[in-house]
Amino acid sequence: MRLEGRGLVDRDRPVRFSFDGTDYHGFRGDTVASALLASGVRLMGRSFKYHRPRGVVTASSAEPNALLTIGSGAGQRPNARATMEEIFDGLETRSQNAWPSLRYDAMEVNDLLSPFLSAGFYYKTFMWPKRAWEALYEPIIRRAAGLGALSGETARDENEKAFAHCDLLVIGAGPTGLMAALAAARAGADVILAEEEARAGGRLLSEAEEVGGLPGVQWVGSVLGELAAMPNVRLMERTTVTGAYDQGTFGALERVARHVREARGAPRECFWRIAAKQAVLATGALERGIAFPGNDRPGVMQAGAVRTYLHRYGVAAGKRVAVFGNNDDAHRTARDLAEAGVRVLGLIDARPGVEGPEGIPTYAGARVTGTWGRMGLTAIHLDGAGAPRQLNVDCLAVSGGWDPAVHLACHHGGRPVWREEIAAFVAPEGAVPGLRPAGAAAGVFDTGGCLADGVRAAGEALDGLGLTAPDVPAPEAEAGGYRVTPLWQVPGRGRAWLDLQNDVTVKDVKLAARENFRSVEHMKRYTTQGMATDQGKGSNVNALAVLAEATGRTIPQTGTTTFRPPYVPVSISAMGAGASGAGFAPERRTVSDAASRAMGAPMIEAGLWFRPSYFPRAGERTWRDACDREVKMVRGQVGVCDVSTLGKIEVVGPDAGAFLDFLYTGTMSKLAVGRVRYGLMLREDGHVMDDGTAARLAEDRYLVTTTTAAAGQVMAHMEFAAQALRPELDVALTSVTEHWAQFAVAGPEAGRLMATAVDEMPELAFMGCTPAVICGVPGRVFRISFCGELGFEIAVPARYGESLFRLLVSQAEALGGGAYGMEALNVMRIEKGFITHAEIHGRVTAFDIGMQGMMSTKKDFIGRAAATRPGLTEDREELIGLRPVGAAKAINAGAHLFAEGAAPIRENDQGYVTSNCYSPTLGTVLALGFLRNGRARHGERIVAEDGLRGHRTLCEVTGPVAFDPGGERMRG
Amino acid sequence: MRLTCPFCGTRDRREFTYRGDAVGLSRPASTEWGPDWDDYLHNRDNPAGETRELWYHDACGAWIEVTRDTLTHEVAGSRPVAEARR
Repeated sequence: MRLEGRGLVDRDRPVRFSFDGTDYHGFRGDTVASALLASGVRLMGRSFKYHRPRGVVTASSAEPNALLTIGSGAGQRPNARATMEEIFDGLETRSQNAWPSLRYDAMEVNDLLSPFLSAGFYYKTFMWPKRAWEALYEPIIRRAAGLGALSGETARDENEKAFAHCDLLVIGAGPTGLMAALAAARAGADVILAEEEARAGGRLLSEAEEVGGLPGVQWVGSVLGELAAMPNVRLMERTTVTGAYDQGTFGALERVARHVREARGAPRECFWRIAAKQAVLATGALERGIAFPGNDRPGVMQAGAVRTYLHRYGVAAGKRVAVFGNNDDAHRTARDLAEAGVRVLGLIDARPGVEGPEGIPTYAGARVTGTWGRMGLTAIHLDGAGAPRQLNVDCLAVSGGWDPAVHLACHHGGRPVWREEIAAFVAPEGAVPGLRPAGAAAGVFDTGGCLADGVRAAGEALDGLGLTAPDVPAPEAEAGGYRVTPLWQVPGRGRAWLDLQNDVTVKDVKLAARENFRSVEHMKRYTTQGMATDQGKGSNVNALAVLAEATGRTIPQTGTTTFRPPYVPVSISAMGAGASGAGFAPERRTVSDAASRAMGAPMIEAGLWFRPSYFPRAGERTWRDACDREVKMVRGQVGVCDVSTLGKIEVVGPDAGAFLDFLYTGTMSKLAVGRVRYGLMLREDGHVMDDGTAARLAEDRYLVTTTTAAAGQVMAHMEFAAQALRPELDVALTSVTEHWAQFAVAGPEAGRLMATAVDEMPELAFMGCTPAVICGVPGRVFRISFCGELGFEIAVPARYGESLFRLLVSQAEALGGGAYGMEALNVMRIEKGFITHAEIHGRVTAFDIGMQGMMSTKKDFIGRAAATRPGLTEDREELIGLRPVGAAKAINAGAHLFAEGAAPIRENDQGYVTSNCYSPTLGTVLALGFLRNGRARHGERIVAEDGLRGHRTLCEVTGPVAFDPGGERMRG
Repeated sequence: MRLTCPFCGTRDRREFTYRGDAVGLSRPASTEWGPDWDDYLHNRDNPAGETRELWYHDACGAWIEVTRDTLTHEVAGSRPVAEARR
């Protein structure tokens, strides 16, 4: 029921939204919960296990019951809390976990079965037969119990993630946080003030209190006005700080555009990582309930939430209200409701002898022992001298006391501290370095105290920042007045609920204790107490108090469960925003990328790079047609291939040669200027890391290449060697991969093609390198080959690369050649037995690939000692070539090798296939692989068994080099 | 988590790559396989408390030694590996 003249919602801005297909009205500033309550809707959901009718309990992010599904299709969002969803025109909301409808839910039958469904029921019941669990029990249970569902459509990536930095992060913009932010801001600190609600102010929006002679809301406005004018303050509303991580890093979820229909380019949510030098925990406190029989009916709400609906939203949560509590705060609800003209039928205070506000029937020492009303509260039963047996009410406001919101302070493993006088756990000091609990989070429960504590915390934080705290007097406000006598449960007939979302009762916790799940962590897992999406915010302390009593311990002896991030549910799509699809990894494109795509080349990924797979021509129907033609083209005329993606590292300095001797198995210091040498790098454990070439460009300058995908890893490895292992060597490393465009020019006509691009092409012997002028541009020419033909690599600064590529390709085409892609490159290197990371995959040694002779014995190098370990030099799987015996379509990579007639089982495994191709040059299928003692077994027959694809090929073992084993073609 | 690069300042953990214990700086001089090499490559303590470890700052290429507490996650300091060797 809406109350005229009350609340902070904008009465001039009516809003229409729907709930379960029915239209409702509210005002801008309303949440779904406040607007539904204003419309008299109390039933908002069904419970997880028993499908009990449930209504809204809180006015905060701790809401256990009123969970809704928002929207539909790809943007459908389940388990949204009605208390946090702001309404806007056209908002569609639906209830969850009910069929066919919220009022008539067939699964309500579970509630009748509840005597059988107590804690541990599933563990004890669905034991046999074992197979039935997955096939039968689990699907049925999952259908019966549950929350909202996703649509199953691919979600739109409509969120964002961002980083922020500040001197001071103030978490919560209630009285404590506002004063802390104000004091720190006036001292010149860079402040972020994060507030979970749509509006800053905290409890001051929910109470009828004055601060500094102004109504609380006006005082909040004046502080916000001052903060807004300061350039060193960022107020982040709708932002929940979700986790406290190491070195002052905090996670925070901002609901940027959840509260509007059209995002207009803004992200819906933004997940922030905030690096703060200091932080103030001003998260306030959460009200807890009392576990009395029937305390879960729609209409039973937190007393503080009833005040929030009254003062902030101008909504009376009921027409006939009773208040039940064990502390002074409950009296405020009775008083404020009565002042607003709402009928308050009774204030039931469990503490004997207390007096209530004037004019309100107060029943001291009485308790609520039962409730009535199937779809919503109609009456309560009382027990106590002088109290009536029954009150007919539609709303019962309950306060069992307040629990400081200590969560973030405990995210590093710190435990909250029990304070007897407020019967609550408070945040520990110093458990998160730089984070200072203040105000209600630290157990200060009056506004005056909170304002002063905010100033105190800011002062300490400013000290930590080396700034001088300004003299900021805390304004006048209410002080004192919170006294509480613990009341955790009220015995009686019927179920008394603790965790409303997971349907955990007092009886369940007692059962756990009886069955010896006495540790609070065990009780939690046995009963599922606190394991729902609200993580038991309103019920955990009650539950452990019940456990403490059942096990004869005190509450601090019983302790709390572990607090872990996130404080509220955070969708994976917010944390991983921007990282799906093309955003998953950066894309690197070569200078020839556009030209290659224009020629119709399909691109494949190599590391982060995109490289052309092949260049199709008219009449070619498959990739194989193009690939075969390109291989023949290179072997017959000439081909051009962009090899810019290979890692290029310049090694410069007087000790460059000595440094490379330490890195490679071979000796590079003796290499003459103008010469290139193939090199093998090992890891320190003696296995091959990478291979490539080293070209000596000058006495003190080498250019080394790495394989495309290993470039980053090799660079880090070389830096480690230079900085950590050989710091005495005078050498500098620079990655120049992207500085130079480099193209392979290969084939019998390669010399003629080079002459068209290089001004005065010099004589260059095999494995030679030289500076050259390429179309007037200073560049480099290397005579190296990865395909076994007469070959060059030609390099120019990257900005000239695209022009050179186009020139080389057109000139090659004039000579009967053209561009070739990765497929042809791969075929030609398999024909030549050249290895790639398919072979040097991390588990092979130089011995395995037949390069043991390249390991110098005259110097130390990385991996030398470990390469001589027993087991790495004998009885190994060695690199071999394979050819099919007779007609065969393929020898599949990944197939394992077995002796003819041997069963294809692990014990008989002799090796495996790493690379395969069809060789148009030799007219046969070829493969490379590793075979136990393979070098001594050339000519033997072996079976390649591909169990995955169901292929089996009889092969002959050969040497790895199938084509031109003498290398005459490339040496020229 | 945030780490301090001696050259660039304090940065988010995402800019760094972990390598392992700082024992990686004490490479044996011998070119023959032996127990010293086994220790260097394979054997690691699992301290509850202070640990020295190697991180690579991907952004600038610096290898650093970070002193960290495995119980509190407190970072006591960081320095270039060339200094840590001395």
